[in-house]
Amino acid sequence: MQLPRPRGPFSAQVFASMVSPDPAHVAYDAHADVLSDEDAQIALWALYELSYRGFDDVDARHEWSPGLLATRAQLEAAFEQALRELTEPAVGRALDADRPDRVPAQIAAVIDDAEDAGLARFLQREATEEQYREFLVHRSIYHLKESDPHAFAIPRLDGAPKVALAELQYDEFGGGRVDRLHSTLFARALEGAGLDPTYGAHIDAVPAATLAVNNAMSLFALHRRLRGALMGHLAAFESTSSLPCRRYVGGAERLGFDARVTAYFDEHVEADAVHEQVACRSICQRLVEQHPELQRDVLLGAGVCVQLDARAGALMVDAWRAGDSALLDTLQQEVA
Amino acid sequence: MSCQVEICPDGPALVRGADEVIDAAGRAHATTRPVVAVCLCGRSQRAPWCDGTHKVVTAAAPRPSVVEARDS
Ligand code: FES
Ligand SMILES: [Fe+2]
Ligand SMILES: [Fe+2]
Repeated sequence: MQLPRPRGPFSAQVFASMVSPDPAHVAYDAHADVLSDEDAQIALWALYELSYRGFDDVDARHEWSPGLLATRAQLEAAFEQALRELTEPAVGRALDADRPDRVPAQIAAVIDDAEDAGLARFLQREATEEQYREFLVHRSIYHLKESDPHAFAIPRLDGAPKVALAELQYDEFGGGRVDRLHSTLFARALEGAGLDPTYGAHIDAVPAATLAVNNAMSLFALHRRLRGALMGHLAAFESTSSLPCRRYVGGAERLGFDARVTAYFDEHVEADAVHEQVACRSICQRLVEQHPELQRDVLLGAGVCVQLDARAGALMVDAWRAGDSALLDTLQQEVA
Repeated sequence: MSCQVEICPDGPALVRGADEVIDAAGRAHATTRPVVAVCLCGRSQRAPWCDGTHKVVTAAAPRPSVVEARDS
């Protein structure tokens, strides 16, 4: 994979620094709303990607470049603050509303607090083939590295939550069978829809809202301090998957998509009904029992998952209702 | 591995280490993952597996399905 296209002067400078032999710090000055700032989100995504698959045009050693890490830290400070502000009201209500020892109920409360953008219903009943393909493009950024961010928590947990996370991840990572790796199942779904299944192929097409969904997971994944948020994110993700996946299956069948598209979502109806219970009860509840100080961060992670997902979903549904697309202009022809 | 069943309040039963789950009609369903969620609310469209429907069943009284986990 090559570096993505820059989206403004800041990301252009960051990418120039990344390809240089000795990357310099590029100062980030938080002027716009970081959650919807294309320039900031694409830069952050690329900096994070150094810890996943990397880029052909960036020296792998630059993952730990002090200059790039200093830029990343400035972006992260603004991003984390925005995420905490976004979710603070819902987290506060969930903490007040329930007994402090019932983490699954609090996660459910944080989930219920988010508005449903109606994305799943739209895809089930109304979406055109082109809109359904667009949805797959947005989702490809995460699903082609499905569960990779959450795997960073494994060495940071111990005892019951660690065993439960390993059990959940074993399923995500194919249960011992290469052809069942969930990211591979999604690559097949992309192929089935006539889209490029290559890792990173669609990064230039997706807007900041979609990048933010992914960057939040990486923020939580790459800081041990935020492991509670990472696990809360996982719990909310799994808890909001089974029912929408049924609708995605319905939409794919209605539109007559290839069986590889339905297969991915079909697998997740049952898989995520299991993962939801494991993540809420065996991971998050037990983690908070071990470390009560992580309770608020667990709910932060859950809130971030559903709120950012709702924003990205609303962007799609609103664009589609207006006869438009939420993908960046120049790349819309990709799904058409 | 010995079989273990964990009941989730208002949700399914997590079953670990079972090879088959026998549904209410006596049909055997092979497990395809290390831990499966068996529907206890009786409303799943994927019986005997939980498909998340229990979360939208609020007013209706739960109808526990009778299941048996087999460990061969
Ligand atoms: S227990 Fe989940 S659908 Fe019945
Ligand atoms: Fe998955
Ligand atoms: Fe999952």
